[in-house]
Amino acid sequence: MTEVLATTPGLYPLPDWAKDELSDLKGHQKDDLVSGGEGEAVTETYGDVRGELLEWQIEAGLDRLVEGQSRWDDMLAHPLSVHENVETRGIVRYYDNNNFYREPVVHGDLSATGDVSAELRAADASQAILPGPYSLFSLATDEHYGDEAAFLDAIAEFLAAEAEAFPPVETLFLLEPSLVVDPPADGEDERASEAIDTVAAAVDSDVVVHTYWGSIPEKPYAHLMDADVEAIGFDFVSDHDGSVYNIQEYGTKDDIALGVVDGQNTRVERPEEIAERIEWVDDQVPAQTFETVYATPNTELFYLPTNRTKDKLGALAAGSEEVSL
Amino acid sequence: MSPDGYVDTRSQFRPEDHPNDHFLLTTVVGSYPKPKWLNRAKELAEDDDRDFDDANLEEALDDAARLITDEHVRSGLDVVVDGEMRRNEMVEYFADRIDGYEFNGPVKVWGHNYFDKPSVADEVRYDEPWLVDEFEFTTGVTDRPVKVPITGPYTLASWSFNEHYDDEAELAYELADLVNEEINALVAAGARYIQIDEPALATTPDDHAIVGECLEHIADGVPEDVRLGLHVCYGDYSRIYPEILDMPVHEYDLELANGEYDQLDVFTQPSFDKDLALGVVDVHTADVESVESIKQNITKGLEIVPPERLTVSPDCGVKLLPREAAYRKMENMVQAAREVEAELDAGEVDVGYAGE
Repeated sequence: MTEVLATTPGLYPLPDWAKDELSDLKGHQKDDLVSGGEGEAVTETYGDVRGELLEWQIEAGLDRLVEGQSRWDDMLAHPLSVHENVETRGIVRYYDNNNFYREPVVHGDLSATGDVSAELRAADASQAILPGPYSLFSLATDEHYGDEAAFLDAIAEFLAAEAEAFPPVETLFLLEPSLVVDPPADGEDERASEAIDTVAAAVDSDVVVHTYWGSIPEKPYAHLMDADVEAIGFDFVSDHDGSVYNIQEYGTKDDIALGVVDGQNTRVERPEEIAERIEWVDDQVPAQTFETVYATPNTELFYLPTNRTKDKLGALAAGSEEVSL
Repeated sequence: MSPDGYVDTRSQFRPEDHPNDHFLLTTVVGSYPKPKWLNRAKELAEDDDRDFDDANLEEALDDAARLITDEHVRSGLDVVVDGEMRRNEMVEYFADRIDGYEFNGPVKVWGHNYFDKPSVADEVRYDEPWLVDEFEFTTGVTDRPVKVPITGPYTLASWSFNEHYDDEAELAYELADLVNEEINALVAAGARYIQIDEPALATTPDDHAIVGECLEHIADGVPEDVRLGLHVCYGDYSRIYPEILDMPVHEYDLELANGEYDQLDVFTQPSFDKDLALGVVDVHTADVESVESIKQNITKGLEIVPPERLTVSPDCGVKLLPREAAYRKMENMVQAAREVEAELDAGEVDVGYAGE
């Protein structure tokens, strides 16, 4: 019997009132962004935002609740942006989007900050979100560890230490778009998979390695299958053929995450459309019965305006209910 | 048209009293810092409790457009714009005037900087003129030739949510037809210099063929003496050159000063056979470049094209600079161009094409 759980990869858009309030409180320049030492007023506002984002998810009827990552001004680079041994420099492009983050430059040892676990504790979330180690490694610049393998290891150890401090959650989503967009080369692909193992081993929760903006090339995918995680996530919005190919050729884990709602388009999917997409994937792999299917938007959600974000959460929850596998 | 296919659309902009034999056309990309009082006027117009209505705002916009056009004239530019005083943002402004677009609310660009990214919810259609009033107003307040910058269809498509069309290319081609319609209206109103802005090409340079196809739609039926330019900025030009030379435009306006001309070599092979509008001042620093350093930047352009094909311009729109810095950059840029022209007349410049 397959259980279908509606969830999201986090990084929600700020409610519109908070966009105004936080930009007034913090400012518009790069030095004004979250670096871990926010004042009381800013902290309080983020607390209100956290409550509202949880309400959106509960009202929609999602099965897994995330904290919302509203403080992640630098998107997936956030866990490094708040680290004392990391300097945030110029504004650089965030993947192939018209979005930008501050380049995090690591100039000292990376030890746990407790930043993400504090957020989780404040939210009573059932699902944690972290950047995957390979993606965080790809987004960052190293001026301390000296070689790429050592830097990737250090990032993995750092994320593992963050995750170790998490309160109990059901699921940990590791977001790994770089495995698709900037795939690891020979040798590096095996290390990327080992780095994921390092982080996954730090938690008792189910771990989902979620990928998007296409499908992972074959070799890194084959290595990813060696990682000891419960599920891999696929982007069925941007590349259903490539995703199905990987699953058919190399198999996948007993659980699976399916990106079936477009996180970068305001068109709201109908619940039956979402259910059909999930059933379609299941039809493509008759040999496999999944224990758990995580139905999710393909990408983070901050690309969307708030009205459509909420509409999509509702459609996702309703669509997941309709699935018959 | 000359034997090599080159069309001279440039000499029509040479002022009658131009002081030198050589002529380096000086202009700007388009946007300019808005006067603070204009932003205040917009706030007042949005506040229902205030006795400041749309007619008052219209007057304020006219005043701002007149003021900034004058500022361009005073700096000595050969071709001016109104600093895009009436445009709130380069996509929103157009989406607001095209049928089929709707707005759902702001989305993040970075940090607490947001953009009211529109959605294409239905077939896009030409409804009302976009820029004809702006152009007619500007030409009414100056004797100088006026350039019209228009956000290109590829950028309008990429920086929108596409709910309606099968893919972004299809949307871009439909929008290109609307841009063509607008250009025809502008040409009928007397416009002779139109610049298509495609900053989105920097994000996805592999889409240059889509931009090329859009420009075919845009240029269709436009009279040969109307100068068409393409502005691109902050990208890896090696991924779009030399392919862009095949696009049906006369001039390419490129940001190069910000990268200290590290990409200049890209344009040497094969040779650049169109007009080059070279960015010679950086719009991301408020430090005003000296006339001497701008002159050095201008001569970099002579490594790519001969003087009669060189336009001198800032890297990009200057709207994020303090207004004083924006003005002084233009003033120094014009002075630098005039000095280089005089040196060319005197045979004192021997860089690249100038030395031949």
